[in-house]
Amino acid sequence: MAKSVMGRRAFLATTSAAGAMVLVAGGNLVIGGNGAWAMSTKALTGDEAAMLVRMARATYPHAMLDDSIYGKVIHGLDEKASADPALLRSLQEGAAALKEKKFETLDAAGQEAVLKDIEGSAPFQTVRGECVVGIYNNPDVWKVLGYEGPSAELGGYINRGFDDIDWLQDA
Amino acid sequence: MAAKFELNDDSVVVVIGSGAGGGTLSNELAQKGVKVVLLEAGGRHEIEDFSNDEWGMFSQISWLDKRTTSGSWRVAKDFSGLPAWIVKAVGGSTVHWAGASLRFQEHEFRVKSAYGDIAGANLLDWPISLAEMEPYYDRAEDKMGVTGTHGIPRLPGNNNFRVLAAGAKKLGYKDFHTGNMAINSQPRDGRGACQQIGFCFQGCKSGAKWSTLYTEIPKGETTGNMEVRPSSQALQIQHNDSGKVTGVLYADKDGNQHVQKARVVAVAGNSIESPRLLLNSASAKFPDGLANSSGQVGRNYMRHMTGSVYAIFDKPVHMHRGTTMAGIIKDEAENKPERGFVGGYEMETLSLGVPFMAAFLDPGAWGRDFSSAMEGYANMAGMWLVGEDMPQEKNAITLHATEKDQYGLPVPNVHFDDHPNDIAMREHAYKQGSAVYEAVGAVQTFRTPPYPSTHNLGTNRMSGKASDGVVNKHGQTHDIANLFISDGSQFTTGAAENPTLTIVALAIRQADYIADKMGKNEI
Ligand SMILES: Cc1cc2nc3c(=O)[nH]c(=O)nc-3n(C[C@H](O)[C@H](O)[C@H](O)COP(=O)(O)OP(=O)(O)OC[C@H]3O[C@@H](n4cnc5c(N)ncnc54)[C@H](O)[C@@H]3O)c2cc1C
Ligand code: SF4
Repeated sequence: MAKSVMGRRAFLATTSAAGAMVLVAGGNLVIGGNGAWAMSTKALTGDEAAMLVRMARATYPHAMLDDSIYGKVIHGLDEKASADPALLRSLQEGAAALKEKKFETLDAAGQEAVLKDIEGSAPFQTVRGECVVGIYNNPDVWKVLGYEGPSAELGGYINRGFDDIDWLQDA
Repeated sequence: MAAKFELNDDSVVVVIGSGAGGGTLSNELAQKGVKVVLLEAGGRHEIEDFSNDEWGMFSQISWLDKRTTSGSWRVAKDFSGLPAWIVKAVGGSTVHWAGASLRFQEHEFRVKSAYGDIAGANLLDWPISLAEMEPYYDRAEDKMGVTGTHGIPRLPGNNNFRVLAAGAKKLGYKDFHTGNMAINSQPRDGRGACQQIGFCFQGCKSGAKWSTLYTEIPKGETTGNMEVRPSSQALQIQHNDSGKVTGVLYADKDGNQHVQKARVVAVAGNSIESPRLLLNSASAKFPDGLANSSGQVGRNYMRHMTGSVYAIFDKPVHMHRGTTMAGIIKDEAENKPERGFVGGYEMETLSLGVPFMAAFLDPGAWGRDFSSAMEGYANMAGMWLVGEDMPQEKNAITLHATEKDQYGLPVPNVHFDDHPNDIAMREHAYKQGSAVYEAVGAVQTFRTPPYPSTHNLGTNRMSGKASDGVVNKHGQTHDIANLFISDGSQFTTGAAENPTLTIVALAIRQADYIADKMGKNEI
């Protein structure tokens, strides 16, 4: 649970790479998706977490995914960092490096270029490693990508289109 | 009824590992009235415990004990702590396997003669021929219910197969179909038909796919001659002054150590753990490890030339629907040195779900190119390329100098460098694989690098002469008459085909031999 939630005074509105809104309350709160989604942090500040959410999105950019998908991964990292000071320090460094580059003001290409420069760094690799599992192992993402997930409960695909391709000539 | 044997019962055969080799050998021996104790490092997870969840099943039953890697292969960079994808559970890797069950070609049992000397390759002819193996291939196919053999119909083709087949046809390939699969296309042997669930790599929920977990092992137990001990990891094989093996030291699920006495020991821990166990069993009498007078234990590690091609089309494919690997093009499997390499390769359909695709499509990749590829998932088709790789002495399983596992034993290091022949073959296979998909309108193709090794072979190889290898033509170690190797580590060379049918055929043959020798009191 969040240690505290700051008032509205510190809200910052910024535009992320994909155009989604990330609203940051200073303190321990991140609000995104134009207010549709929020997360509270334990170890990172709201600012830091918001920066890492942007980093996550720029690492695996999907315009059709909400901030909440990326936020969930960072939320998980924040949870781990609350029990792992070395991880926390590393994530803080990562967020600070992006802040210095004014990451939130860059367009998608600019953000990708910044990340390319820090590709070998521990904070980037930590976030990337968490994202590649956290994003693509999320059933909400599967739906968007057209992957239907578990099928045994539904009787497999034997009567549900395992061979329904209709655009091949001659097959 | 499953049997229960005393630790000091020295009349039993102790089999180590319950996968394709060990599970089959145990049942075959039990059917003949031989008493078997089957030690399995992993737990017993039945079909009810399986889930259609790629990471979930992977973490539940994979062998995740510490291993290290070295060498120039890309796996060492992408998955430095996970050189191989092997299951640690009752049933071994037959829980996760896809079921492709192919016989070797005639020349693949005598490649040194067929290919001549290849610089850097430690080639050797097998001490057995295809003709000698044929009756055992027959028995293995019948046991496993392999489609396209013994009058068993082939599986219907799913979407991924239909794309492969259409491309193959356009390209002029002749020999392509839904494969020889150890998956029931109709009910057989008390198991139902494939429901096209599509999670063959996660354990088959319907039981249509052969796995020792629910075929060989319960059948063996019903004889009353076989006891399975799950969560029992063999740590050391013990021997007496005369150099015969006498028993196996193992750790149970609580870490308590026991010695099971044995008349015969058969090692089937797959090609990393089997040589490791022989090396970790070194003694004053056998300072280089058991059965290692040739110095070949752990060497000649093979993993097949592999790679994948995924292609994105402008319309949906839904490759994840249905059987993971029921589709094959065989036209490139022959040895045609004019292609610039010896040996051949198979092209087999392969589908991964989104979770695994993200991890394996291009390991480590990120950014817009990668995420747009993932956005093409629904329109993707995929194939796996699997071909013969060259045995090299320096590709080896060795004991790590300092790293230890939970039992204080040195962990295995897996060293692998691709041979130039492997690289030339992979290049050819990538090109042909892409051409198959481009022939039917692929808008983008991807050359996906090898996954952690699923086919691990050759580290206790079979040889006619004791100085060239570890075991004879029956998998009996040259040095110790009552010590056998019963898994893919026996392979003298790797052939182009997926190995499991051959592992099972060798295990059936070995059971006949062991029972015969025990009957004659020769072991
Ligand atoms: C995802 C996947 C797909 C595959 N698809 C195919 C395919 O389509 N066709 C094909 O031919 N092959 C396929 N394979 C490969 C196939 O699974 C293996 O070739 C085969 O299972 C190897 O048999 P084995 O007996 O050597 O070892 P395994 O089946 O791996 O069994 C070894 C067992 O030994 C146990 N063990 C190891 N060390 C010890 C010890 N010290 N004490 C006790 N127990 C121990 C392990 O826990 C394991 O259960 C696939 C593999 C994977 C992972
Ligand atoms: S596709 Fe068939 S073989 Fe594969 S898991 Fe499903 S039912 Fe089993």
